[in-house]
Amino acid sequence: MAAPPRHSSMMSTSNAGTLQSSTTDRQQAPQQLPTPQPTQGLRVPSNRKTIYDRHLNRSRNAESSRASFAYLFGEMVTYAQRRVTGIQDLEKRLNEQGYPLGLRLLDLLFYRSTSTSSSALSSSSTSSSPPNRPLRIITLLHLIHGPLWRLLFQRSADALEHSVSPDTPNEYMITDNDPLVNTYISVPREMNMLNCAAFVAGIIEGVCDGCGFEAKVSAHNQPTEMWPSRTVFLVRFGDSVMEREKVLERNGVK
Amino acid sequence: MSTTKASRIGEEIWKTRIDKVNAELVTLTYGTIVAQLCQDYDSDYQQVNQQLDKMGYNIGMRLIEDFLAKSGVGRCANFRDTADMIAKVGFKIFLNVAPTVTNWASDNNQFSLIFDENPLADFVELPDDGRAQDELWFSNILCGVLRGALEMVQMQIEAHFVSDVLRGDDTTEMRVSLVRYIEDEMPPEEE
Repeated sequence: MAAPPRHSSMMSTSNAGTLQSSTTDRQQAPQQLPTPQPTQGLRVPSNRKTIYDRHLNRSRNAESSRASFAYLFGEMVTYAQRRVTGIQDLEKRLNEQGYPLGLRLLDLLFYRSTSTSSSALSSSSTSSSPPNRPLRIITLLHLIHGPLWRLLFQRSADALEHSVSPDTPNEYMITDNDPLVNTYISVPREMNMLNCAAFVAGIIEGVCDGCGFEAKVSAHNQPTEMWPSRTVFLVRFGDSVMEREKVLERNGVK
Repeated sequence: MSTTKASRIGEEIWKTRIDKVNAELVTLTYGTIVAQLCQDYDSDYQQVNQQLDKMGYNIGMRLIEDFLAKSGVGRCANFRDTADMIAKVGFKIFLNVAPTVTNWASDNNQFSLIFDENPLADFVELPDDGRAQDELWFSNILCGVLRGALEMVQMQIEAHFVSDVLRGDDTTEMRVSLVRYIEDEMPPEEE
């Protein structure tokens, strides 16, 4: 924090030229600022409708139609299907499309969890506690099961379990009884192993990796009589994560 | 039918008959689609535009059914009515936005849709590669949707974007032209 942020120094250089000009000029000056040099950088609209000027929470409670999601997701799967050789390949592709979303959603989640908690606290402390990045597996999984699911699907996931087998202590299961992504997908019988929620598995994987928990996540059909499209997301953490987990456990880190 | 009446219908259906999801889920899903296409076509943005249009066409052909079922509206009297129906009912019930219909050509066969809000483009910044802002129409899927949907109700149209805030333009504008009304044809006889 010793060096001044780059932006502020850039701003002051650009402003220097307008300092001596008249008031009217100065009012117009800020509009000139974002205009990029030709052939360099991105152009932005003069009315500043860019992602940097709009509030990140603007679309937080915005709604769209479920149909639009279904159409888009359906096209995404159909398109992916034409370029793959089998079910596993297709799931891998859907997973890869979800992964970058997870990385980005993570930041959005933290950003939003701070802005709500700081407003809940006293408004005078502008520098309220920094967002709690999960350090332990359980905290991370709760983040996925709760806030992430609510952001995407407006409800929490239905279950969170730890593998009971002593051979696989690194495996955790998140269950969704009726995943939205599968609601409008009808899988042909010869592909009955396919679960298009692989897309969501990719999102989860992105969140885990983004938090520094290397993991592989896959989606599996586990239908019950009551929930025919019940899906279990199997989260398998890497060895390094498990080792760190032990150290943190010993040191009593929560 | 007047624009205000169409707006009222759109609002009413949106409030009472539409299953909703978080808008960001739609935005993000669309974003991954475009990102994937850019990757698959090695940033050949012309091809990406084309593929998006194709996907939209597929969606439009199915979406019209849904639109008619949910809206229960009848045949439009003329292309001006059609424009209002698209902007104030169609866009409203599927994307919860209502673009402005404007810039009519003198023969009433061509208009513009101006998108004040475009949920597909939230969170989006085009790649800074010196080409995307000149070549990629990020929301091009919408052109295909209109083409597909209107073809199913006997209207052949052509739609393309002429400006986009993502490209640094001040507005996002789509131009829609009526090519012809498709005459009813007997289905080809099966051999």
